[in-house]
This record gives sequence, structure tokens and C-alpha cells, in this order.
Amino acid sequence: MDIHEYQAKEILAGYGVPIGAGGLAYSPEQASYRCSEIGGSVWVVKAQIHSGARGKAGGIKVCFSEDEVWSAADELLGKKLVTHQTGPKGKVCSRLYIEEGCNIDREIYLAFVLDRAAERVTVVASAEGGMEIEQLAVEKPESIVKISVEPAVGMQAFEARELAFALGLDKSQINQAVTTFLGCYRAMRDLDANMVEINPLVVSKEGKIIAVDAKMGFDDNALFRHPNISELRDKSQEDAREMRAADRGLSYVGLGGNIGCIINGAGLAMASMDMIMHAGGEPANFLDIGGGASAERTAKAFNLVLSDDSVECILVNIFAGINRCDWIADGVVQAVKQIDLKVPLVVRLSGTNVEEGRKIIKESGLPIISADTLQEAADKAVAAWKEATGK
Amino acid sequence: MSILLDENSKVIVQGFTGQIGTFHATEMIEYGTNIVGGVTPGKGGTKHLDRPVFNTVKEAVAATGANASIVFVPPPFAADSIMEAADGGIKFCVAITDGIPSQDMIRVKRYMRRYKEEDKMVLTGPNCAGSISPGKCMMGIMPGHIYIPGPVGVVGRSGTLGYEAADQMREIGVGISSSIGIGGDPINGSAFVDHLQYFEEDPETKLVIMIGEIGGPQEVAAAEWAKDNMSKPVIGYIAGLTAPKGTRMGHAGAIISAVGDSAAEKVEILQECGVHVVPNPASFAPVVKEVMAKIG
Repeated sequence: MDIHEYQAKEILAGYGVPIGAGGLAYSPEQASYRCSEIGGSVWVVKAQIHSGARGKAGGIKVCFSEDEVWSAADELLGKKLVTHQTGPKGKVCSRLYIEEGCNIDREIYLAFVLDRAAERVTVVASAEGGMEIEQLAVEKPESIVKISVEPAVGMQAFEARELAFALGLDKSQINQAVTTFLGCYRAMRDLDANMVEINPLVVSKEGKIIAVDAKMGFDDNALFRHPNISELRDKSQEDAREMRAADRGLSYVGLGGNIGCIINGAGLAMASMDMIMHAGGEPANFLDIGGGASAERTAKAFNLVLSDDSVECILVNIFAGINRCDWIADGVVQAVKQIDLKVPLVVRLSGTNVEEGRKIIKESGLPIISADTLQEAADKAVAAWKEATGK
Repeated sequence: MSILLDENSKVIVQGFTGQIGTFHATEMIEYGTNIVGGVTPGKGGTKHLDRPVFNTVKEAVAATGANASIVFVPPPFAADSIMEAADGGIKFCVAITDGIPSQDMIRVKRYMRRYKEEDKMVLTGPNCAGSISPGKCMMGIMPGHIYIPGPVGVVGRSGTLGYEAADQMREIGVGISSSIGIGGDPINGSAFVDHLQYFEEDPETKLVIMIGEIGGPQEVAAAEWAKDNMSKPVIGYIAGLTAPKGTRMGHAGAIISAVGDSAAEKVEILQECGVHVVPNPASFAPVVKEVMAKIG
């Protein structure tokens, strides 16, 4: 789960990470009022959407008067911002964070990530801030400093000091930096974050260290023990269909093709999508109906897949382990009868109770195309889609 | 022969008396797995499925001589159960549970390092369908009947793709020595490379099918190890060629978030390392036939 910049900053400030004065605004009036609260003469109006690279998309505006702040807020609120992280659909900005401007002397990149190779939390930092890490890794790999943290004892002050010196910070800034690094680490560990990124961490002309941007992502599997983090969820930033799927115990990702997929198992789902591509089609979605799929859940999966208007054919591919082919077949037959299916449907069943399952499909009298193998399933789905659409 | 589990495995079920534990323990007993008991804290001294229930893993091991365990404990408590197994003297543990927090798994991995080499537990999973040595022992939730014994070792992240491979092998009359599920989580008990090593040492295994997916460095690490250390052929598949960057595809670990995470990049490195990469998961059978013909 992702949260907004202002939420991440509030959390990190609680762990001693220095941030600038700022406040939230839902309207231009609130935005300009924030200026008088914050004081100073330079303010930054920042669109709160779940994405990085907001600056390039026009989501961050530096303003020199309250009027400018008002206008910037008026322009950004309700606007759809498209970044390379949001995809072409973009994300709508409905909250703003107004922050005091700062005199930037240096920018540092700082991130805490779950390192899958080390199987630990790893700190990744670079004296070349402002750029994104992928870009840094390609253009200035030598500038990247990494420390992986021993999980039994957590990050130690000496490690934070080593990092601060490696980043070339002045001795007057070392203690501030150590507090910042240790604070980020503790926030990550305590709250089961899987990512904390501060880009940039700024050294101001006055010699102060300030987290100018902040991003946190949380482990969905650990939210059960962090109700206060779950509360920060902003559903307006998430894909409505994916959210509805999650609420029904289904794992769904929309992809933009025409062949809808209903599969059991994440691996088989990805593989079936690959097979569709090989056969000359394009998958409309990833959907794992999971183990123990009842007739009811199968029907829900159909409704979900069909709620995507671009779906012109459906492939059901089940290799039943915990599932039973006869249950799935019942679900398919019920769903097709209920929803008056208008697109071709290919069903491949294999595994537990396969004979019973195939019999139910056959005896239903419905125009369901059966397939025995994975290859056949993909080929038949693409052929049926081409025949139905003339593509 | 086979790896990690066989007719000598004495298995306890952690989370034995719960609905899921009961269902799958029954299936495993029917398959012929030697389930010697189970652990459910607070229910020690009772019987379940005609087998003794214990409060702790240590008690279960002392009373039954168990050397293997399968974990069906719910996600908030599963990491604790795995560590209890490691401390209780279990040598091979299968964690089926899906949804264990990553940082819990980091703690589990750190904890498991504290034992001497000969006392260390091998953990597979979490978030896997389990493992099977056909005809000998099934520790998992797979349909056991699709696996026939033979010379092919299988190791994979995905349960259903493992079934797909087993089914194709059965169709061509080629059996499996052991099929190991390492699970779809970003931090898992053991990696592909660990199991390639076990298969390399197992005289019955003649070749290995490795079924990977997008996300993480483990497929590439295994291929690089195999290039220098493996005498047996490895057939590989990476799921997720069509997966977009930055989107989790079901499995917690199936996400392209770093350089080298995508299927295309992994396939390229696997091929460079001499792995026979199948173009799609419907081709395990023909490629296995071809490779077996070469090695006789």
C-alpha cells in the first residue's frame, strides 16, 4: 500500500526526520491560508498523488506570493496528472501539500528497500540526488553507497555515520544525518514498510538537512498489525476494478488487451497470458481466482472480467489442486446462464475431478469451447477472438 | 532416491486441527505420507485424525521422532511456527501459508542461521504448494495422482505451473524424482540454487526443470551456479513475459521493480548460462524428450 508524501512526512517527522514547515490543503483558499501560517516568502505547492516524477508532470509549483499559491492550487486541484509511474490513465489530484521553500545547496538520494538478494533491509544512497535511482544506477553507479542492515540488531549509529561521511557531508551535518538515517530505518522496521525513499534529501544553504520529498510503501501482508497505517489508504489513487477484486478475494490486474483471463494460481495466470501473446492475442487482464474457488467466486470473476469493455473473448484455465474441476465447471455454467454471455468462452480444465468437470461443461448445452491442454486453450481462445471480431 | 523428502520422512503438521490443516493432512495421509502427529498449542494430549496432538514442536519431536514439518498456521503466527520448527529439531519444513509479512521472513532467515551446519533446517516456501517425492511422500496441497516417479527433478515458484509440468511428464510417461515448491514470496526459505545443488547430488535425478517468474535475483543466481557446477541439464521457464513493470502479479514477489527482474532479461541470462529455456509452459514435454534423448 502506498501513501501520500504529506502522510509519509508526518510519520517520518515522528521518528526525528527533519522536514520543512507545511500543511495540507483541499481548496485554493486553504492553500493561500497555509502561506500565512507557514510564513516566509517562497512556497511550494505539491500535488498529492501516489506517484513519483510529479515535477515533470507539472504537479509541483514554486510560488512567490499568496496569489500565486491560490492560482497554482486552483489549477492543480481536480487535475489528472500523468507520469511514467501512473501509466497513461494518470491520477487525479484532490489534495495539495503547501510547504515552505528552501535554499538548496546539495541534493542527496536516500532509500531504504527490502533487498531480495541480501534478504535484509538495505540502505541505498547517493551524493547525486535529484535523479531517479534507475538513472543513477546507469549513469553514476560509482556514486551509489549501500549498507545492508543486520536484522537481529537493526541499524547502528556507526553505520549511519559511515553513510553520512561516505556522502561527503560536513562534520556539522553528521549528527543531523545520523538522526535522519536511523529515523527512517526505525520507521521502516516498526511499521512494516517495504520502502522509504527520500529524494531529495536536501542540505540547505544554511547547513540544515531537510527531507524535501518522502515516499513510503507498506507491506500489504503486514497491515493486519498496523490499523493506523491502513487508515491512510486513499482509495481514489487506486484502480477501482483492482480494488473491487481484492475485496472479493480475487487478485486482478487490468492490462489493456482483449482476451479476458480467469485462471487459478499466479504462475499459471502469468503463463497463460504469455501463451496468449505467443498465439497472437493480447491478454486483457491477470486474474488469479485462488484455491478453493467456489461456484460463487467463479461467477464473481466473470462479472469482474466482463466489466472491462475491451474484453472480446474469455479464457478460463484451471489446473485444480485444492480446487475441484466440477465446482469450477458448475460456477462457469451458472455464470454463463446468469450473465447472458455475448463473447466466446474457452474453458480448459485439468487436475482434480477433471472428468466430472468436463462432463458438466459438455452437458450444459452452452456454446462453450473446450480445450484439453494449455497450448490448445491459448490457440482456441485467440482463434475464437479473431473469428468473433474479424481481427 | 529423491531429495529432501522420502519414505523415511516422519511428518508433523503445524496448525493440525484447523480447517485447512485437517483437510490437507487427510489428503496427505491418504497419499501415504507418514504423518506422525501435529502441533496445536493448547490442544496437546488430544487426538486428531487418529494421531497425537502436541502443544509444542519439541514435545512432538521427542514423542514421535518427527524430522519434517508442514506449516498451515495463519500468516500472523506462521513465522513464529517456522522458527519453532527450526529450534525443535525439524530438518525439513514446508511452509504453505500465504501472506507472511516480509520482515517476519527476514527475521526467520536470520534466526535460522544460528544453528550448526548439521543442525540446520531446510525451509521451502512460504506461499507454496509444497513438495512431493512421488510414491514416497507428499508434503503439500497438490493433486498427488498426477505425479509419477522418475528421473526429472522439478523446482518452481508456482504451484499450478508445477502441476502443469508434472502433468506433461506423465503424458509422455516420464516421471519425477522430487518436485519442490519454493513459493512466490520476495523473501523465501530456500532459493532455486539450493535445490539445484540437491538435485545435482541425487543419483536418481537426471535432469531438472526450473520454473521461475518475474521479480528477484534467484533464477539468475541459480543459472550462474549451474553453469559452473552442474553436470545435469537444466530446463528453464520464466513466467510473466507480458507483465507490466511495477505491478504485482498475484505473488507478493512477482513484480518487476529493478534491473534484471523482467522475464526477458532473465531468459537471456539463463540462455547464456546454458539453460534450455522453453518458449512457453506447454513445451516442457517436447523439450524434456529432446534433452533426454541427448543424455541417453
